[in-house]
Amino acid sequence: MTDVTPALQLVDVSKSFGSVIALRNVSMHVDNGSVTCVLGDNGAGKSTLIKILSGVHEPSEGQLLVNGAPKRFTSPRDALEDGIATVFQDLATVPLMSVWRNFFLGNEPTEWPWPFRRLNAKKAKSICKAELLDMGIDIRDPEQPVGTLSGGERQAVAIARAVHFGANVLILDEPTSALGVKQSGVVLKYILQAKERGVAVVFITHNPHHAYLVGDRFYLLNRGQMMAEYTRSEVSRDELVKAMAGGAELEALAHELENL
Amino acid sequence: MSTVTAPADERVAKTSVITRLMRRPEIGALMGLIVVYIFFSVVDQTGTFSGLTGAARWTDVAATTGIVVVAVSLLMIGGEFDLSAGVMIGTAGLFAGLLITEYQMGVWLAIFLTFIFAAGIGFINGWLVMTTGLPSFIVTLAMFFSLRGINLGVTKAITDTVRVAGVDEGAGFDSARVVFASEIIPPYNFKIAVVWWFVLVAIATWVLTRTKFGNWIFAVGGDKNAARNTGVPVRRTKITLFMLTSMSAALVGIISLLRLRSMQAGQGVGEEFVFIIAAVVGGCLLTGGYGSAIGGAIGSAIIGMAFIGIAYARWNTDWSWLFLGLILFAAVLVNTLISRRFQGVRR
Repeated sequence: MTDVTPALQLVDVSKSFGSVIALRNVSMHVDNGSVTCVLGDNGAGKSTLIKILSGVHEPSEGQLLVNGAPKRFTSPRDALEDGIATVFQDLATVPLMSVWRNFFLGNEPTEWPWPFRRLNAKKAKSICKAELLDMGIDIRDPEQPVGTLSGGERQAVAIARAVHFGANVLILDEPTSALGVKQSGVVLKYILQAKERGVAVVFITHNPHHAYLVGDRFYLLNRGQMMAEYTRSEVSRDELVKAMAGGAELEALAHELENL
Repeated sequence: MSTVTAPADERVAKTSVITRLMRRPEIGALMGLIVVYIFFSVVDQTGTFSGLTGAARWTDVAATTGIVVVAVSLLMIGGEFDLSAGVMIGTAGLFAGLLITEYQMGVWLAIFLTFIFAAGIGFINGWLVMTTGLPSFIVTLAMFFSLRGINLGVTKAITDTVRVAGVDEGAGFDSARVVFASEIIPPYNFKIAVVWWFVLVAIATWVLTRTKFGNWIFAVGGDKNAARNTGVPVRRTKITLFMLTSMSAALVGIISLLRLRSMQAGQGVGEEFVFIIAAVVGGCLLTGGYGSAIGGAIGSAIIGMAFIGIAYARWNTDWSWLFLGLILFAAVLVNTLISRRFQGVRR
């Protein structure tokens, strides 16, 4: 698969904030129709990496390539225009607004000529309902405020929205970290559904169990550097968990806990 | 209800008509309106409050307040305040008045330039709020005091008095008066301002609930970062709202200039809080992201009834301020209880 141009690629990217080096010489690539997991503990540089991918920060050094072409993003809007959508941890939904209004926020469908141009609410509601149903979530009423949805449902709305508006690359920032076991399972299912539609998914997490369930390729980030890269066939779940926790450290911890 | 609906979802408790009604932002205000109307009809000493004669009076107060409240409501839904909206009435009236009396400008041209000028003031408010990141409360408070000073200073420097008079000698005064300051439906003599008010409320309601811009207003007030991340032009939306607020105040300034044929330099000062009270009574959240234009209109109607009702009850009108204070507190309390009970929003 090396002859396929990656949907998104980083080449030797570094990012520093003043004297703090957040990322150093990070390279990675993300293919269409696959799930790429970025694993890292707190402070590993995951947030900085996401912000570079989604256009919030510009890299200090190195290149960002979209479908093989070098790009410079100065805002999330630039990234969106190139089909890179990010579902941030805060989900970018407005709690007091209804589900369908949130779904179409910033991309509202309209009808009638100016000055009577208005929202095509009927169309918006039915699309919203259908898209969410496609994700396997049966929304009760598109008029209900997003604030009344559960965390998993809100995540689904955010993911469905990104996919609907033509995201070619979908970046998910810790989508399962705040969820219960069952809800996490549901979100992982959405990730696979997006992948099946040919979307390149970047799944950022500190949970190797979740990553292993859906990932095709795994990057391990630690202290601002890419420590390892695995494909699914190369690695078992236990190895991934160990690598993530720093192997020896985990064994020491297990030993310590057993002696309590 | 269609006969081929999907099987009801067991996760949804049935939303009764009452619950759905109670979810509207303006429901608390509507109940308040009925209570206030009955109260002042009962204590009325003139026997005219509850009829059309009384209505012509209180709708006048409601309209001249409500025209600005419409814009202030949208601004508050968008998450910002404008404390300069009251003094802007005076500024706009003086600006138009000076153009007509000192520069011999036609009344219509002066009105047109006044709206442009007001849009400029609103733009400065919005631009400063968005650029400095300071709370709009502070920025517009500064604008309030600046305009207050300018109103007095400029008027005194040019006219040697604290008022601008003699507007009725300007060309086009009579036709402008028909549009902005005439009376309709004799013998009750409703003011034409009431028509302006109704039309603006209708347009604002349509914009808010049916257009893209309305969606953006709710979004920038509800969660500015979420709005920005989904591609809503936050800056443009908020600056537009500030401009609309100043222009609505200018409309009231022009209405009162044409009615009174003169303008006092202190006109409008103190009104800014009345506008905010009306919007809040009408169900607009102080924190933004929630409310309606109709709610603001109902809030204005309550204020109109209170001012006229107290006079008609032959009480000292000084008491109206106490009444406003009480109604503000009661309305916010009721709105909060209602939204907690029926909204069910997890925040």
